Amino acid sequence: MMEAETVIAIRGLTNRFGKTVVHENLSLEVRRGEVLGVVGASGSGKSVLLRSIVGLMTPSVGEITMLGTDVLGASVAARAGVSARTGVMFQDGALFSALTVRENVEAPMRETLSVGAATRRALADLRIALVGLPPTAGDLFPAALSGGMRKRAGLARALSLDPEILFLDEPTAGLDPISASAFDTLLNSLREALGLTVFLVTHDLDTLQATCDRIAVLAERRVLVTGTMAEMRDVDDPWVHAYFHGPRAHAALAAVGEY
Amino acid sequence: MGANDTQRLLLRTVQEALPLAPTVRLRKVHHQAGDGFVRVGIAVDALFVAMARSLGFVGLVTARLAGLVAHPARLRLTALVHHMQEVGLNAGPIVALMGFLIGVVLAFQGAAQLRQFGAEVFVVDLIAVSILRELGILLTAIIVAGRSASAFTAAIGSMRMREEIDAIRVLGLDPIELLVLPRLLALMIVLPILGFVADLSGLFGGGLMAWTQLGISPSQFRTQLLADVGVGQALVGLSKAPIFAAIIALVGCYQGLQVKGDAESLGMRTSRAVVIAIFLVIVMDALFSVFFAVWGV
Repeated sequence: MMEAETVIAIRGLTNRFGKTVVHENLSLEVRRGEVLGVVGASGSGKSVLLRSIVGLMTPSVGEITMLGTDVLGASVAARAGVSARTGVMFQDGALFSALTVRENVEAPMRETLSVGAATRRALADLRIALVGLPPTAGDLFPAALSGGMRKRAGLARALSLDPEILFLDEPTAGLDPISASAFDTLLNSLREALGLTVFLVTHDLDTLQATCDRIAVLAERRVLVTGTMAEMRDVDDPWVHAYFHGPRAHAALAAVGEY
Repeated sequence: MGANDTQRLLLRTVQEALPLAPTVRLRKVHHQAGDGFVRVGIAVDALFVAMARSLGFVGLVTARLAGLVAHPARLRLTALVHHMQEVGLNAGPIVALMGFLIGVVLAFQGAAQLRQFGAEVFVVDLIAVSILRELGILLTAIIVAGRSASAFTAAIGSMRMREEIDAIRVLGLDPIELLVLPRLLALMIVLPILGFVADLSGLFGGGLMAWTQLGISPSQFRTQLLADVGVGQALVGLSKAPIFAAIIALVGCYQGLQVKGDAESLGMRTSRAVVIAIFLVIVMDALFSVFFAVWGV
């Protein structure tokens, strides 16, 4: 495989909260077109990493380049330009509860695109169909949706502006196994169809196995190791070993006949 | 031992979980003479940090407000009207009822005292001055603080808990502009109107009591009111309304934005919002009194 273009480059990232150091001199690269799974123990700073990249928090030290722009040093306008080329799906969808699903999906377009209301509506309906929600879901309020549907609606909003990079925060957490694997399938097909680069924070071994090209393990305040699922199984570190050799890992691999 | 397999398994699990020898127990810290000072110190420090943060928030909101004045098209008109209905129109009945009852109480109590001097007719001045100048707007502000400061905190706080605020920021939008400004402006527009409603119903209640209990006819009431009190007193009272409104909205929104991820902090912030808003409204009212007295208004 040819070395693909780097779309996110993180160098020397340090995040501190008071005396707690979450990241220290962390470096990570995400290449165009790949699905990168980020795993780590609870409290290892997966969410903090995601929030640093998408600009929800400013790291103490470090440099983050996304789509060729130094996002920490960029002007507000340049930063917004990069934001418009990315989509973020939060853990429980984080839909705006005062708006219907369709209005939620329209919200990002309303701010950045100068298209008429009818076009916007049609585009939103397209996104809603794309993530596998029934057409009637567009008129519902988030409170009326099930957990799985909320996540799909959150994904539809993240896809609203045809992003190049998609950030997903624990997309399958709290879903039943059938919905979770349906989400994995959806993610794979969307990624094929739209050529997405995906930054995926997860705990779900099945999702890692089913969707990720590469896995990055966060531990000891940095990215301990990156590699494919198969490579992970040869890593000596005790935590990584326990993670990828536990009974759940065996089950996930057995399901695809690799074990 | 007479334990079966399940019990043995349980025993083994407990054995693995418990440390072998009891470790040295930390001695319980005794209360010391200086503890009180330490607590005071911590509380004072927390107070100053909180004050600095809220001042920062006020500054941020002021800057966004200035930005909105420069680009009026950015105002969220739908949200503004929605909040005006929510905090204004829907609060109308309770504010009117409160004003009416205050008028009734003042007339009753005032009449009992004034009758001793044969000066019943001055009950009109008593009712009008106290309601128009002080009680009408102050009690309206307190009711609105109880109703709306808590509602603002709960609404914004639960949005924080559901990561909606993060989603807003990721979309390149500004939570202050989207959530705080419409609430602030709505309250600043409707609180003077609510205060006016309270004034009117207070005068009505007082007038009704004066008529039935003291035999002061409505026309007499009106003549006395216009001759002795005038519209100036009402304007003095209502001039405080926008300031009270700003306090209530800012406290409610600020506390909402401070909510952390758990439901406990939402409840704590909501009750704190009401307490702080009411407290600050009363402090501000006292400052207004001093200010008006010095300026002879």
